[in-house]
Amino acid sequence: MTDFNHTNREPNFLEYKGKYKGILGWITSTDHKRIGLLYFYSMMFFFLAGVVMGLLMKYELISPGEQIMGAQTYNGLFTLHGLTMIFLFVIPGVAAVFGNFFLPILIGAKDVSFPRLNLMSWYLYIIGAIIVLISQFIGDGPPDTGWTFYAPYSLKTNTNVVAAVTGAFILGFSSILTGLNFIVTMHRLRAPGMGWLRMPLFGWALYGTGWIQLLATPVVGITFLMVIAERLLGIGFFDPAIGGDPILYQHLFWIYSHPAVYIMILPAMGAITEIIPTFARKTIFGYTAIVISSMAIAFVGYFVWGHHMFTSGMSSTSRWVFSLLTFLVAIPSAIKVFNWTATLYKSSINLQTPFYWAIAFVFVFMIGGFSGLVLGSLATDIHVHDTAFVVAHFHYIVFGGTGFAFFGALHYWFPKMFARVYNFKVANTGLIIFFIGFNMLYFPMFYLGLLGMPRRYYDYLPMFHSANILSTVGSWIMATGLLIIIINLIRARKGSGKEVDDPWDGKTLEWTIPSPPIVENFEEIPEVKHGPYEY
Amino acid sequence: MENEKHHIVPYATHIMVLLGLIVLTVITVLITSVELGAYNTTAALIIASLKGAIVLLYFMHLKFDHKIYWIMVSLVIAIFAAVIVVTFFDYLYR
Repeated sequence: MTDFNHTNREPNFLEYKGKYKGILGWITSTDHKRIGLLYFYSMMFFFLAGVVMGLLMKYELISPGEQIMGAQTYNGLFTLHGLTMIFLFVIPGVAAVFGNFFLPILIGAKDVSFPRLNLMSWYLYIIGAIIVLISQFIGDGPPDTGWTFYAPYSLKTNTNVVAAVTGAFILGFSSILTGLNFIVTMHRLRAPGMGWLRMPLFGWALYGTGWIQLLATPVVGITFLMVIAERLLGIGFFDPAIGGDPILYQHLFWIYSHPAVYIMILPAMGAITEIIPTFARKTIFGYTAIVISSMAIAFVGYFVWGHHMFTSGMSSTSRWVFSLLTFLVAIPSAIKVFNWTATLYKSSINLQTPFYWAIAFVFVFMIGGFSGLVLGSLATDIHVHDTAFVVAHFHYIVFGGTGFAFFGALHYWFPKMFARVYNFKVANTGLIIFFIGFNMLYFPMFYLGLLGMPRRYYDYLPMFHSANILSTVGSWIMATGLLIIIINLIRARKGSGKEVDDPWDGKTLEWTIPSPPIVENFEEIPEVKHGPYEY
Repeated sequence: MENEKHHIVPYATHIMVLLGLIVLTVITVLITSVELGAYNTTAALIIASLKGAIVLLYFMHLKFDHKIYWIMVSLVIAIFAAVIVVTFFDYLYR
């Protein structure tokens, strides 16, 4: 651990007094670190709102019949829960918060290539979020389509679909601009001596993510515009009654939304790849293989969207092609898991909170990954399609993957961001409770799905009762763990913990500068003479 | 960067490009009255690709830019083309 040195410090980015003071100083700042934190605070707000919605839905499902809400309210709630969690939390996710904060530092730069565009991305994110939220309260009621807006229902429902997809469209622009910014930053601003294969692996993960954001997001943007045009002008892209093709909507939606899963998970994997060598006290195993696997996930991930559509009426030839491609994308993901575990082999593991999060990530992500094979296989997918099994798989991947990595990254980089350590015992206790609750909440859904319980219903048959009770109680346990984790971090942020520069003895560039970082990160741009994980 | 040569495209070229885009737009509209069956979409995509290529090459200066941009744009177009092919694979065999 490197103790905090109070002498000869330039003002850090938190103390810096620019043209404006207070909140105006934050929302007009083009400093990538401040923008990262703007994303962080706004995303945490939306995440907690999404958690509350999830808890309400789970409470509704504690018993058969109506508990606290009727069918229409439940439909609106799962739509809003999906929109909030997908578009406002996991898609910007690790990249928007930790990518913004740490990418320039990790590559030895003073900022991203386009700082103003970066701030504009955050504004677009907030504007899109506000429109999505407003769509719940104006017009003819909250959208009840689910976050997928499947046609032709999204064209027929009287609920407020146009406003919701407009919000999602604007959020897409935020994502595209962030991806573009990161790609250019990595091409143009790497420190002297930092060749591509000396770049930290979190940077590589963000590079792959940036390309997906740049290439896939416009597809869904145009698709949403087509939905709006069809609702307002009756053009007939997707509605079969006027010559459209509803399966075309599913193609276009998933051409973006499947790669979007990789927008969520690639930066998460990148963060885990930073944590593991730091706590294994060992050079990462297979640096180049991880780089290639990141890019392979980004590339192959473009071509697997059809596995969401096996029961849609798509041609049987396409189905087996997509099934084959889906199995192929499992290979680079498995390479990463292999490399993480190989890094741990014969290492001197330093058991700390971020490391526990990383291990928990690998565990839940593997359950998510293996259950994905059930869904990628044609015959079994038809049995479990649109059941609770899919909900379980999705949450193991997206919440278990991105969520666990997000909290892992937060516990890892928190001392760098705020120069404070949190209470480790409380953090570990919170994680254990969260982990137990998470598995108790989602694992029974695999069982329920195999039994045939459909998803997106507020009611169910009595045969599903006991597993639903378990799942609902699990949601309470998970929420308790989450509360402990967040309170612990808030207390540390307020100054309860010890001041430190580097509690982990990390080797990447962010650990070579003071905590919190100074405004321009480095007093002098460093010259890089070796790889990022030289232990 | 400062020493890099900047290519200035003459006005005449810009006007030719503009005319080309207008002609292609007219063709886009006219071709909808010709019944090409399954090839309707193919024809529309080819014309749209031509228009896109002209914009990229001249208005966005790709023709005069460094090779790395050629490579990047080509890769993007290749991926996009592959996505379209895979999508239409479904229609072909449905």
